[in-house]
Amino acid sequence: MIGIGRRGILAGTTGLLAAPAIAHAQPAGGVKIGLVAVQTGPQAALGTQLRDGFMQGLRHLEGRLGGLTTEVVHIDDELRPEVALTRVRAALERDRVDFVVGVVFSNILAAILRPVTESNTFLISTNAGPSTFAGRGCNPFFFTTSYNNDQVHAVMGQVAQDNGHRRVFLMTPNYQAGRDAMAGFKSRFRGEVVDEIYVPLTQLDFSAELARIAATRPDAIFTFMPGGLGVNLVRQYRQAGLAHIPFLSTFTVDEATLPAQGAAAEGFFSAASWAPNMDNAQNQRFVRDFEAQHNYVPATYAAQAYDGAMLLDSAIRRVGGNLRDKDALRAAIRAADFRSVRGPFRFGANHYPVQDFWLLRVARRPDGRFQTETVRRVFENDVDPWAAECRMR
Amino acid sequence: MTTQLLLVQALNGLQLGILLFLVAAGLTLVFGVMDFINLAHGVQYMLGAYLGAAFAAATGSFWLGLLLALPAALTVGLVLELLVFRHLYARDHLSQVLATFGVILFLNEAVKVVWGAAPLQVAIPPQLEGGIEIMPGLQYPLYRVAVLVAGVATALGLWWLVERTRAGMLVRAGATNAPMVSALGVDITRLFTLVFAFGAMLAGFAGVLAGPIFSVEPGMGDNVLILAFVVIVIGGIGSIRGAFVAALLVGLVDTLGKSLMPDLMRLFLDASAARQAGAALASMLVYVAMAAILAFRPAGLFPVRAG
Repeated sequence: MIGIGRRGILAGTTGLLAAPAIAHAQPAGGVKIGLVAVQTGPQAALGTQLRDGFMQGLRHLEGRLGGLTTEVVHIDDELRPEVALTRVRAALERDRVDFVVGVVFSNILAAILRPVTESNTFLISTNAGPSTFAGRGCNPFFFTTSYNNDQVHAVMGQVAQDNGHRRVFLMTPNYQAGRDAMAGFKSRFRGEVVDEIYVPLTQLDFSAELARIAATRPDAIFTFMPGGLGVNLVRQYRQAGLAHIPFLSTFTVDEATLPAQGAAAEGFFSAASWAPNMDNAQNQRFVRDFEAQHNYVPATYAAQAYDGAMLLDSAIRRVGGNLRDKDALRAAIRAADFRSVRGPFRFGANHYPVQDFWLLRVARRPDGRFQTETVRRVFENDVDPWAAECRMR
Repeated sequence: MTTQLLLVQALNGLQLGILLFLVAAGLTLVFGVMDFINLAHGVQYMLGAYLGAAFAAATGSFWLGLLLALPAALTVGLVLELLVFRHLYARDHLSQVLATFGVILFLNEAVKVVWGAAPLQVAIPPQLEGGIEIMPGLQYPLYRVAVLVAGVATALGLWWLVERTRAGMLVRAGATNAPMVSALGVDITRLFTLVFAFGAMLAGFAGVLAGPIFSVEPGMGDNVLILAFVVIVIGGIGSIRGAFVAALLVGLVDTLGKSLMPDLMRLFLDASAARQAGAALASMLVYVAMAAILAFRPAGLFPVRAG
């Protein structure tokens, strides 16, 4: 306690000393954002999407959130919880950020949630949406602009059910998120699960599994293979001539992996609450300007981060730039008075979005690039399965 | 499980084994001849894949990409040897591990700076598109047949090189007793450099071949490296023949384990638990096999070093 106090005084003093220098660049009442995005290791591409999406939002807002000059402190979590914790603590105590935004992976979110919210700072996750913080663990200082993972897997279960697939083959990596994916799928699918395969996270070659799929002749397969795993699987699935079996997936074919999967993924299915081809003015502007700026197609990671910037802008504007009154600020964030790239958007009681979910299919655009495109709306105004357990205190 | 499926799985196992052999061959030479632990061998495989992808994209042809990537991988190997590894031969294994691990970190990041963090795409050359139907509904891609053939040809070429040429004789002699070879007037430093560069090129070759099957991304060499070490330890460090046999063994154990383990576990567990336990056990099987083999033959299947 004393330690923090002393550090606080120190930070205050340096702030005072530095004040004249800062005064030119940043008029009183600027806002500081700690943007957490993984930039190290194999999953860095997702962090880059997230960062670029948020910065694109800021660019559209001319560098101001709710009229306040905005400074972004970039935090690379390295996909290691202890690193994330140290750096986020530093951002809170040294840089005095007003909001912590971002976070691709759930385990990073779990590591930083308590320190951020306990310092009465709002944490806006733009991607990780674990069930842990949706139900009993919901938190008044935590919001997410993405979704709860279970919803996305459930969309695919519903699709398999609606399409009349009777025998479905499931395959996921052997870790918690993989098992959750299977459970989410089965929550809506009533047909027969022909076989379930769990593969190690370090799997390179899927030929053994593909032979098994061919042998069981399912009506469809459901899989959750994030990142490089998905690149390997999609290519090898196509090469093995299995593409006539519908490929239902979550987080396996998206704009982050499609550049590497290319034509091999064409026609494969995915599920999300957003796709680049969504037909609304806000989204068209976002996608057009994002591609012009960064020269790649944005994925959900970027879109949800863009929405995060817009959400903060609306909330800060609503409270007239007064970030001290936390209750007023919370009410302003909860109001979600902004135009989402997804169209309709509102928060449920647990601060998770209540939104539509879509079946997506990979398509080749006229310019030769690949993207996911909406096929049909599967869930309308869907509330995640944990919201009922949330007692917001 | 039908006999047919079992045969298909055996073929898949051989395929994985061949690919592992290509990576392990260079590693076992370097480790065996120079007594040098090169953790960076995996990133040389990754670099090969990236160079192949980049040259293929630039020239529009996979074959030209392969042709250009090989000397490029060789050059990278030479440069690394000159800048870093040469200074480590006389040091203990710990220094070698630390330094080569540093090279891994450096090259993984360098690749990301140059090509970005997102995985790259390498198309299968048009001549090798399509496949052979090996069981109803399952194509065996022609490209994989080509990789098998290339792997076996490389193994034969290496065998000839090591067993039948003067350079190979020196390499074998160096693996058995380096100081004696040096005392007989052979320039051992140059021999080491050559072996090292050649090993780097082999790893690069494996990387280029892997490009169209696996995702070309930073850190792709790390998984392969661990399996490659298992292969050379089982095969006997320094032995090309050992690496070949061990690579096939590891490929078969891994693939057949993955397909048989869950069924085996179902004999005494319920279905869902059997699948998870089976999957977990299958991924351990390679290491269990290694432990078992080392218990009976501590120097590996085909030990090189006498005493």
